[in-house]
Amino acid sequence: MAIEDDVTVVGGGIAGMTAALAAAREGVDVRLLSHKDSTLKSASGLVDVLGYLPESDGEGPLSDPFEAIPQLPDAHPYRTVGVEGVREALAVFDGVVGDRYRGDHTDRNALVPTHGGAVKPTARYPASAAAGLASDDRSALLVGFETVTDFDAPLAADHLESAGVPFAARGATISFPGDFRVDAKITRFADALDADERVAVQGDGYTTELPVREALAEAVKPHLRGAERVGFPALLGQHRPDEVRESLEAELGAAVFEVPMGPPSIPGMRLEGALTGACREAGVRFTTGNPVVDYEEGGRAGSEDIAAVRVERNGAAIPFHADQFVLATGGLVGKGIDSDREGVAEPIFDCHVPHSGDRYDWFADAAFGDHPFARFGVETDDDLRPLDRRGDVEFPNLRAAGAVLGGHDFAAEKSGAGVSLATGVAAGRSAAKEVSDS
Amino acid sequence: MSDAEQPTNPNDSNDVNEVRHEETVSDDEFEPVQVFPESEDMDLRPGSDDCYKCSTCDTNCPVAEVDDDFPGPKFQGPEQWRLKRKEDTDIDDSVMSCSNCMRCDSSCPSDVPLSQMHNTARGEYVENQMDKLSREYVRNRILANYRTMAELGSKVPRLTNFLMGNSLVQAVNEKVLGITSEREFPEFAEETFREWWEKRGGPQVRSEDKRVAYFHGCYSNYNTPAVGKAMVRLFESFGYEVVVPKQRCSGTPMFANGMLDDAKRAAGINVENFSGLVEEGYDIIASCTSCSMSLRQEYPELFSYDGTASVAAHTYEALEYLRLHEDLEAELADAEVDAGEFAYHAPCHARNQGLAGQAVELIDGLDGANAEDVGDSCSGISGTYGWKDEKYETSMKIGAEMFEHMEETDAEAGMTECPTCAMQMEHGTGYEIRHPLEVLEEALVEGSH
Repeated sequence: MAIEDDVTVVGGGIAGMTAALAAAREGVDVRLLSHKDSTLKSASGLVDVLGYLPESDGEGPLSDPFEAIPQLPDAHPYRTVGVEGVREALAVFDGVVGDRYRGDHTDRNALVPTHGGAVKPTARYPASAAAGLASDDRSALLVGFETVTDFDAPLAADHLESAGVPFAARGATISFPGDFRVDAKITRFADALDADERVAVQGDGYTTELPVREALAEAVKPHLRGAERVGFPALLGQHRPDEVRESLEAELGAAVFEVPMGPPSIPGMRLEGALTGACREAGVRFTTGNPVVDYEEGGRAGSEDIAAVRVERNGAAIPFHADQFVLATGGLVGKGIDSDREGVAEPIFDCHVPHSGDRYDWFADAAFGDHPFARFGVETDDDLRPLDRRGDVEFPNLRAAGAVLGGHDFAAEKSGAGVSLATGVAAGRSAAKEVSDS
Repeated sequence: MSDAEQPTNPNDSNDVNEVRHEETVSDDEFEPVQVFPESEDMDLRPGSDDCYKCSTCDTNCPVAEVDDDFPGPKFQGPEQWRLKRKEDTDIDDSVMSCSNCMRCDSSCPSDVPLSQMHNTARGEYVENQMDKLSREYVRNRILANYRTMAELGSKVPRLTNFLMGNSLVQAVNEKVLGITSEREFPEFAEETFREWWEKRGGPQVRSEDKRVAYFHGCYSNYNTPAVGKAMVRLFESFGYEVVVPKQRCSGTPMFANGMLDDAKRAAGINVENFSGLVEEGYDIIASCTSCSMSLRQEYPELFSYDGTASVAAHTYEALEYLRLHEDLEAELADAEVDAGEFAYHAPCHARNQGLAGQAVELIDGLDGANAEDVGDSCSGISGTYGWKDEKYETSMKIGAEMFEHMEETDAEAGMTECPTCAMQMEHGTGYEIRHPLEVLEEALVEGSH
């Protein structure tokens, strides 16, 4: 009969992949279902744990997120998994990414400049961003490219200086060397740098050909003026970022770093690659391409178990059976929580999402106010099982992880990836344990 | 619908109660604002509005990756759709460089129907802007209507195979028609699948409740009937009644070449012939993933014949179907085969249907066979695309990564569900390529004979 696994995880982001990985490493059969390609292409690649306390009115950032976790409200997902749960999840993450990431030497948050010129407190950052930390006092030149419009280097440098960073920051906008189309994709630049393609470069009345890494360094040199480090938008190679950075550093005689960017994000794609690789190695099966829309109840009389989730494909419903399920479909942005003018709902299992009946209570008046909608999501018991409106477990064999969980505002707190990792590992392990115990 | 899409009167005061009053207006009084007043066959505006220009589709497009002149799916779809609202703006001819792999669809985080937009834009380009006497048009029409050519060719398979393998004929094809001489034409079978089917007297199993209608498509009929035969034997061994209704090309090569009129005619016949069977309790199965993709997704996106939706909802890829209705994994766990190692490539159109991992998962549990997935890369041939003289090089550049990954595996043979991916795999590596159905039939049927 049909397709059957021990644990089925719904959702392909950080929470879903981590849950699948954690479960598979416990030795059970795991399938991950995701509607589209992983949303990690839209992730910055930074792994935040906790940057600000809720309702801190912009005070902060926190220097030690672990110290702050016990002060969070009871409904916060970190209170469910505890400080130990967060540490265990980071250990899993560190094992997966190896030397591609930094930050595991300390509990303190690192301060990473973003493409808007803000400074973000984060727990783990790509090695490629390491030389850019805002706590470092070396002078910095930010380099933007005319056709990469998401990064305005002079503006970002001004923002950094007015944020009070302890170093001088300048920005310059240059054209990327070579004859690339005006709307070339950032992956095109990254591929060219990976392969060190030869590009045509205009000199004084002559044209010559140079390897692109060298040509790029030559174009930056006139702007260097003694800067000790140089930041580029995050496009320094898809597959060989270390090598690209080393070549540029050798040419420029300065440290080189990447500034994380919006989607499509190359650091996000590199992280996706690392997580997918670890999942495959652990035996996770991936089924991607169609949305999970609802579920089938268990066959046993009196049981409230979920027997299968149903994937919708042009009018046909394909059931995926499992013993245990993990819901990791994301929040309001990721479409794991849905809302209309009448109410807020979790669309697959119709789990209860606490919210006011009056939609004018869903938001605060100020644009950057403390919006209740940002904390919309399912409530769970200690084992991450969603609760219904009476506070009882919705389904004995369903756990939730990541942004679908309520009680936290990942954007204001800077806690997104950390919540996904911590609850993903906890939900995955717990689901697997349930399978082995039964 | 979000609040943002509701029209509000800018003269309304900011008084909270005023706003609440507006909320009580019932839905049927709401009238959408007509931004583009001219009427048209298909309104793609909602899809266009859903695009927030994140460009993820562009980074996933195998053509854009190797062809700097190709502006990518975001331009071909939502941006071009907006541009051509202006009456004097033509469709950009770069739309003909899209290979219809449909990867943009699965990469879009906002559910924009990109391939539907590309199909309509391509259709419009061919209809209004292409010279019907041009070499390109004639060549594309011939390639798109492969079935017509195949029907003639297969009447005298040996002669056709001899001619098509003849270097003089190939040179003429390239010079006159723009069909690359780099490739070897697929051989026509001495006996088509349908001829075999009729000779064996049709279905060997009759069943009231387990019944499927086989959409064999052109390729397994004219070129690789072994795949169709394996499928029939496999399904019959599980007690299914298999019927093979009259059918035309699924339309995939026609969509890819913007020949929407041809595709529409073919789709009409297919929908008519299959929807009646669906009513009688038959599900439709296909052994080619582009065929199943076409019936499932492209028909409902582009046409509105009676029965289109029910045909789409009842169409399955053959392995998928067996897997859903039988305990295929248990059957395979008890079976054994002498097939060896395969380098498996998931066709783009299998990926899009959510079937990318399926063959590897199934063969994993089978003694005597192993399939290693060679990764996400596109094979690059995309049906008729890689046959075009001017696209051949792009096609091979896209395929390079797959060839490399195939060579890196221990396998000496390849495996895929898509007949043209198979051609490209063979062309790039020299490996013999098999269909997973053939291996399954060997494991589950031949042994029991």
